[in-house]
Amino acid sequence: MRPEWTDFVGGKWEHEINVRDFIQKNYTPYDGDDSFLAGPTQNTTDLWAMVMDLTKKEREAGGVLDMDTKVVSTIVSHGPGYLDKDKETIVGFQTDAPFKRSMQPYGGIRMAEKACADNGYEVDPEISEFFSTHRKTHNAGCFDAYNAEMRACRSSHVITGLPDAYGRGRIIGDYRRIALYGIDRLIEDKLAQKDSTGRVMTDDVIRLREEISEQIIALKQMKEMASFYGCDISKPATNVKEAIQATYFGYLSAVKEQNGAAMSLGRTSTFIDIYAERDLKNGTFTEEQIQEFVDHFIMKLRCVKFARTPEYNNLFAGDPVWVTESLAGVGIDGRHMVTKSSFRYLNTLSNLGAAPEPNLTVLWSTRLPEAFKKYCAKMSIKTSSIQYENDDLMRVTHGDDYAIACCVSSMVVGKQMQFFGARANLAKCMLYAMNGGVDEVTKKQVGPKYRPIEGDGPLDYDDVMDKFTDMMEWLADVYVNTLNVIHYMHDKYCYERAQMALHDRDVFRYFATGIAGLSVVADSLSAIKYAKVTPVRDEDGIIVDFVTEGEFPKYGNDDDRVDTIARDLVAKFMTMLRRHHTYRDSFATMSVLTITSNVTYGKATGNTPDGRKKGQPFAPGANPMHGRDTHGAVASLSSVSKLPFQHAQDGISNTFTIIPGALGKEDQVFAGDIEIDLNK
Amino acid sequence: MSGRIHSIETFGTVDGPGTRFVVFVQGCPMRCAYCHNPDTWPVNGGTEMEVSEIMAQYERNKAFYNGGGITVTGGEPLLQVDFLIELFTEAKKQGVHTCIDTSGITYKPDNADYIAKLDQLMTLTDLVMLDIKHIDPEKHKDLTQQPNDGILAFAAYLNEKEVPMWIRHVVVPGLTDDDKYLFDLGYYIGRFKNLKALDVLPYHTMGKAKYEQLGMEYRLKDTPDMDKSKIVDKKKVILDGIRKIRAELEENK
Repeated sequence: MRPEWTDFVGGKWEHEINVRDFIQKNYTPYDGDDSFLAGPTQNTTDLWAMVMDLTKKEREAGGVLDMDTKVVSTIVSHGPGYLDKDKETIVGFQTDAPFKRSMQPYGGIRMAEKACADNGYEVDPEISEFFSTHRKTHNAGCFDAYNAEMRACRSSHVITGLPDAYGRGRIIGDYRRIALYGIDRLIEDKLAQKDSTGRVMTDDVIRLREEISEQIIALKQMKEMASFYGCDISKPATNVKEAIQATYFGYLSAVKEQNGAAMSLGRTSTFIDIYAERDLKNGTFTEEQIQEFVDHFIMKLRCVKFARTPEYNNLFAGDPVWVTESLAGVGIDGRHMVTKSSFRYLNTLSNLGAAPEPNLTVLWSTRLPEAFKKYCAKMSIKTSSIQYENDDLMRVTHGDDYAIACCVSSMVVGKQMQFFGARANLAKCMLYAMNGGVDEVTKKQVGPKYRPIEGDGPLDYDDVMDKFTDMMEWLADVYVNTLNVIHYMHDKYCYERAQMALHDRDVFRYFATGIAGLSVVADSLSAIKYAKVTPVRDEDGIIVDFVTEGEFPKYGNDDDRVDTIARDLVAKFMTMLRRHHTYRDSFATMSVLTITSNVTYGKATGNTPDGRKKGQPFAPGANPMHGRDTHGAVASLSSVSKLPFQHAQDGISNTFTIIPGALGKEDQVFAGDIEIDLNK
Repeated sequence: MSGRIHSIETFGTVDGPGTRFVVFVQGCPMRCAYCHNPDTWPVNGGTEMEVSEIMAQYERNKAFYNGGGITVTGGEPLLQVDFLIELFTEAKKQGVHTCIDTSGITYKPDNADYIAKLDQLMTLTDLVMLDIKHIDPEKHKDLTQQPNDGILAFAAYLNEKEVPMWIRHVVVPGLTDDDKYLFDLGYYIGRFKNLKALDVLPYHTMGKAKYEQLGMEYRLKDTPDMDKSKIVDKKKVILDGIRKIRAELEENK
């Protein structure tokens, strides 16, 4: 066994790249409570004060403190950057200074220029010229290949949020591999992979060989970048500090080259904990020191920033990076995967204060240990900063080494990736069905000229469903093919070499589509079925509004009459999507998860039969429409839980807001156990 | 059989232990000045719902109510004793924890028929949350337009039947926040062995809007929210009353 691995339980992981095997053989489940946790060190407090000061300055400067306009960001493009070199235990920034945003033009030069211009900066003209004339970008590639229909769908927003002008994101490198194996071993493995490709040079084999070569360059550059900071990551990490640092350098390489819509971290805490346990046992570090490393790591993750345009920030309601870290969960052998480091990661919310990033996501199971559940509840109440996802649901298909990219997209770390595909606007599609493909806002012919709804009488459910089904078939076709173009071009011009270097050779690819407006459509169809909906036409005969009379069941009240409509829509559209060819034989999935962009989608959509007015926001994700769920949270959640996960494998999100008082009594007011209270 | 139902809340976290399926019944004889559900007052409103329908709704989401159960509140649940008996009979068949949130106003010790039914209901009830609005008879009448002798007797009845009881009390600035009466309240309820918990609720003005919608006059329009920070002290006063009577009872043993 290698000297760096002393005290570890050996296994398959020694002979092949297999982080999961290492974790399963070596991690220590922790059933205790949070009393062992350490507070922030003085250095941590000082460094965080510096970050807060920079944040304040950035806000005062209008949102951006500094931008690089001359240097195209690569793994090795910038020298080291520090907050305070002597105080930082975990080092590394995207550029040579904290809060200085890097320039990433490979997704699209116009987006890079606009991000600079909107923030008062100007991209070096030479760079602009280079990426307009000599080096094509992903964005330019997409528009070279789009057909007229795709462009029309894009501008009418029946398909929207497409990653054709910026990084697609949602790919999680297995950053832990660097810590466990060191870069040299990973390069060896990649060389062997390259040697193992087929000898007949088909398109696929050529592409794979070129990609592996790119990955090897990325690995070499990671090593070089680490050396700028005086770190050697060529060999396995020897302690927890090195393990965190190596993992972070992997992630840092990714965010230096990709400004994807979601740049998630993976599932690192239980892995890191194995090193922490060994160091504690050997007396290498104290609890306080280990917490300090974790705090500094999280602090770095909070400082990840991209150059974005105001439109982008509008779409995503802010400037999110989605540094999602997945915690806890249960192993397939039945042992829970909560470790002391699961607590340490959450403890950063106390030591540094609450923050939306990194997006700490607890993979929740009814079988998590009670003390951890209590700690999660306590930290949620204190910070409102923890996301929860259903491990019992996802473990069935994904096993116990998957992680969440962005908000809900699950994938097995280092073995699976996804092609992020934004979403199709089903509400608009329904209106297209009624108007024979004519857009209700622009009045342009966007969809095919199918027979529209005729006459002025009330809408007939079967007639509308028939037409809607046909229009959905059309939309699924143009949507999937648009995404085929996008991902072809992204691979070609903006390949994620750093993240893919930390994947297996044969990666399972998800082709992630999505839908927006589910509850609007379900309620609209319910209105047509159970109430009386009469269309209102404009002077050109286009249906632009509806008169809805009578009561109808609304999604969000545990009422099967409408909940089955929602359920069937999800299954139906997914079935249509599956019929199409997907780029690189990827596996089509769908999400119902617009968390913030529901506002933008609503803006582009006309009046709907459920009573929603033109421009009004959709409900987020799979949520019932605001105010229509009148039977309390359980009924509302119950409606959402009827959506079939097998047809929405990329995730179903429900944004749940409740006033704290409605979640239970405050214990100071309520004497729950009067005998004890009397003896106080 | 059916009951008159105002509405159902599927995620009740403040009306008894755990997460609860809360049935709001229609109709109440009390006219509490601070009532935040005045739309539940008329006995003829609401919708008729079958016991089977309510139980079916509970059943389909029962996983959420692990550690919780069903609470019937209102309105005044004890106006519909027959309905409650049937509902709780079904609930107990399924092993569901049952709870009634009541003002106790319907308690009439000399009505033998009613008491017989109440006796039966109590064998099916795991918890009664009794909301005592005011310990002083006159002030109770001012506040609710009803006397409180029956209500106080109901507490004794529950004790005799050994039904676990929580006492709830809303503290309204200027109306029910006088330490003397809070102490007296504690002194009264402290004698009962079935007293399991004390739930002191700070008055809030969120009900006001409902009165406006219903075109009703709100008697407390000038009363501010109860300062939450003071509630802990108010709870202490009631607990002091409980301690005093318990000490006395201990001495006289």
